[in-house]
Amino acid sequence: MITAVQISQLLQSAIVFGTVIMFGALGEILTQKSGNLNLGVPGIMYLGGIAGLAMSYFYEGHVEHPNGFVSLILSFIAAFAAAALGGLIYSFLTITLRANQNVTGLTLTIFGNGLANFFGGILNSMAGGVGQISVRTTSNAYRMSLAHFFKIGNLGKIFFSYGFMAYLAIIIAVVMYFFLNRTRTGLNLRSVGESPATADAAGINVIRYKYLATCIGAGISGLGGLYYTMDYIKGTWTTDSTIEALGWLAVALVIFATWRPLNAIWGSYLFGVLYWMYLYIPGLTRSSQEIFKMLPYIVTILVLLRVSMRKKREDQPPASLGLSYFREER
Amino acid sequence: MNHSHTHHEPLLRIAKRDPLPRSKAYAVRVIAVLISLLVSGIFIFSVTKLNPVAVYQSMFKGAYGTNRRMWVTIRDTMMLLCIALGLAPAFKMRFWNIGAEGQVLVGGIATAGLMRSLGASVPTPLLLIIMACASLICGAVWGMIPAIFKARWNANETLFTLMMNYIAIQLTSYCVALWENPFGSNSVGIINPKTQAGWFPKLFGQANGLNVVIVLLVTIGMYVYLKYSKQGYEIAVVGDSENTARYAGINVQWVTIRTMAISSAICGLAGFIAVSGASHTISTSTAGGQGFTAIIVAWLSQFNSFIMVLISLLIVSLQKGAVQIASQFNLNDYASSVITGIILFFILGSEFFINYRIIVRGKKGGDVK
Repeated sequence: MITAVQISQLLQSAIVFGTVIMFGALGEILTQKSGNLNLGVPGIMYLGGIAGLAMSYFYEGHVEHPNGFVSLILSFIAAFAAAALGGLIYSFLTITLRANQNVTGLTLTIFGNGLANFFGGILNSMAGGVGQISVRTTSNAYRMSLAHFFKIGNLGKIFFSYGFMAYLAIIIAVVMYFFLNRTRTGLNLRSVGESPATADAAGINVIRYKYLATCIGAGISGLGGLYYTMDYIKGTWTTDSTIEALGWLAVALVIFATWRPLNAIWGSYLFGVLYWMYLYIPGLTRSSQEIFKMLPYIVTILVLLRVSMRKKREDQPPASLGLSYFREER
Repeated sequence: MNHSHTHHEPLLRIAKRDPLPRSKAYAVRVIAVLISLLVSGIFIFSVTKLNPVAVYQSMFKGAYGTNRRMWVTIRDTMMLLCIALGLAPAFKMRFWNIGAEGQVLVGGIATAGLMRSLGASVPTPLLLIIMACASLICGAVWGMIPAIFKARWNANETLFTLMMNYIAIQLTSYCVALWENPFGSNSVGIINPKTQAGWFPKLFGQANGLNVVIVLLVTIGMYVYLKYSKQGYEIAVVGDSENTARYAGINVQWVTIRTMAISSAICGLAGFIAVSGASHTISTSTAGGQGFTAIIVAWLSQFNSFIMVLISLLIVSLQKGAVQIASQFNLNDYASSVITGIILFFILGSEFFINYRIIVRGKKGGDVK
């Protein structure tokens, strides 16, 4: 039978996993609220992850006694900035140059994946070989949790055994909820995503809203990559496509959450539980485990279908999602 | 950005321009590619301090240096081209089929499964036909699921087909674990290595000759289908305006499902070619991201089959060349994704200068950039 310890372990790994995709999804919610469907989330998460890692690697390498906290701040800023820069490329191409959003987003994913793994490979070989890079000081700073200070039981571990970014994700979700529902700027942003022509006529600077939402959204998504490299794989780099898979899961989570930041919180943890559950179900063979890992995607499809069949207005994607806005073509 | 809060005429204004003559439009694209190669060169130089010209030269050698390399490049170009051809009708209808990756995989799974089970009992020519049909059907079914929900309930196809990719990937992992050979290797291994049953036979003395023939037939077929058939015309009308299509008496739901079935069936066929005509095995990397790259190929070529050939060739040559510079200069071959990304960004951006013109303040009628 499943024991309390196992449940505690499952929930912990689900929350760590969920935090990665929650960042990705929150950033994408902000972006999509402006009407931009950015399929570059995986690429943006790659950019955030590698920028944070590279920054802390150079800091730790060039300073006599590296301070984890300073490195944390530097790498955090680097990750956010690199990811926002990815968002800027996307914004410039889709908003100013009016390129197709899907194609631009996918290109950004290819580009980000390539750039990150390219530099990741270089960093690894600079550090001495495959899988050699390690920024322990910084990673420890990221992973510092209350569990280090107190003796806490299984229940406590579920709540307190994470680095600060797990809580930051929740805070961003709550702030974004208030921003989108309670502030004028947030409501303006939503109107841009629903009907840019109407927003434009009402005197809202559509272009500026789209640019800012997409770049800041990309920055937030990039933090998911940072959390992945610093916390999830403990300040190392493996050249593989894990971040890409997580990035697509983040896009799935946006749909699952029906574009609501608060839903993204529990949704991401639920995805984490669904993802890791196979480890705790007795009698699964290696092949049937793989079937089990389909669950997050199947659940997302079911939510998508439910949303499109019920046609409840508040559950719909932003009405102009995926469409570029040209004032003179109204 | 426009300074719309001022009441003066903005410094730069954007206006739609009359269609450029085709030669000029292509000149813009070629210039974009050249600039992108320059930017990529700067990137290569700033990171590695290597002479970019030497790097491009060795990339060319990597893609075409030997007969064998050239055929690998051709083989992979055909694969990418086949997927892009499949995507073209769906995109022309403005149906965002992002699910090619999954459709290729289910086609590959069907092929690999039949190859394993029937390899000993069915002669290869017949087996090839059976596998081709099975991959077409599996691909079609995989793509029709989102199409039906789109047609009936207007479910967002971009997101639906994207999710179907990951279900297909897990399905592939499931089959790999099921068909593992040898046990514990976590791979299917080469199927029928001794008998070569179900493998593409050599054509013109080339192991991949048949790949080229099949895909070129699809290329011509798709060109004719989209340009000269009644169905191709229906696709174009639905893509331009669903309301117009409905007014003209076109059954939009049926056209959506039919087009998507054709689109994903061809992607399934690409899976058949990948398994039977190239790798002779199946893994989650059988599609290898080409399902996503093909989306860009199909879009950039504006659904013209023959331009797809050129763009596929360009991208695959870059990928093969990057593998070469990776080993020669001790880099890693993700450099190819970076360069591909930069080139695609520039081509995407260049479309703007084909469709719009920038008018500088004070100049009557505007000067054309």
